Amino acid sequence: MAVKRERDGSPGYTLTTLESLVAWGRKYSLYPFTFATACCGIEVMGAFGTHYDMSRFGAEVVRFSPRQADVLLVAGTINYKMAPVLKRIYDQMLDPKWVISMGACACTGGFYNNYTVLQGIDKILPVDVYIPGCPPNPEGIIDAVVRIQKMLETGAPRAAERWPIK
Amino acid sequence: MLSAKFGSDVVSTHSDFGDDTALVRRERIVEILSYLRDDPALLFDFAMDLTGVDYLGEEPRFEVVYHLYSLEKRHRVRIKVRLHEDDPVIDSAVPVWPGINWYEREAYDMYGIVFRGHPNLARILLYEGFQGHPLRKDYPKAKRQPTIGPEE
Repeated sequence: MAVKRERDGSPGYTLTTLESLVAWGRKYSLYPFTFATACCGIEVMGAFGTHYDMSRFGAEVVRFSPRQADVLLVAGTINYKMAPVLKRIYDQMLDPKWVISMGACACTGGFYNNYTVLQGIDKILPVDVYIPGCPPNPEGIIDAVVRIQKMLETGAPRAAERWPIK
Repeated sequence: MLSAKFGSDVVSTHSDFGDDTALVRRERIVEILSYLRDDPALLFDFAMDLTGVDYLGEEPRFEVVYHLYSLEKRHRVRIKVRLHEDDPVIDSAVPVWPGINWYEREAYDMYGIVFRGHPNLARILLYEGFQGHPLRKDYPKAKRQPTIGPEE
């Protein structure tokens, strides 16, 4: 990026690539889709509330329609009955999209090692950021959002580009 | 009381801890349940619960348990029926109490007990593609279902 200034010191024009401009725009306008099925959803509400204030990161506008969101935040247990619904919502989301798997249940099935719970959503979705914990703090959610912003900044490939892992 | 009316169809009765229990045969179960509902001295108008039990290794293996309550007389009774593993079929009690419909679906879902004459004997807690009956004691604990996508 090169900044050309006028003679009186006022900024004139900026040279940059279109890709990095778009990435910069995306970085501060992530629209999360909160898929909250269990107690992790309460932590998500805390993260979007006044105390932790997710809007500092430009990811404040939670959309409950997959057509208007680009970050899928899976907070809670996903069982086999719910898995097709989650997959459909992911498929309907806007490209490019990112997936945050929040908490032990979404990441690995957690302590629900039984016949009905999907043992980690990465069986059906490409996950970009895993948040460990049961439940994770709101700081963990903020950290995940910041990590996705870093991915945008550095141009790191999304998990969806490496999917499915053979 | 039941023994007097149904004789050999009632296998055994007991009243441990004040819980009246009768183990009956499955052949006349609907008749017995209708009698319990309609007899003016009993009036068991409320089917509180129906569930299955798996006594793995015993014969007969399965047991269906009915918990009945009388809202008017305020007394309870427990009816049990034993079913063999190779033929876990019993007549449905939906004609007696319509509300027992979902309990029977649950017992079918979890144990594979078939209720003959049930209006809609489908899985209720699990989904249609689920393989097996998970509350049977020989269901492997670590068994996983094939992940199904939305297109199926």
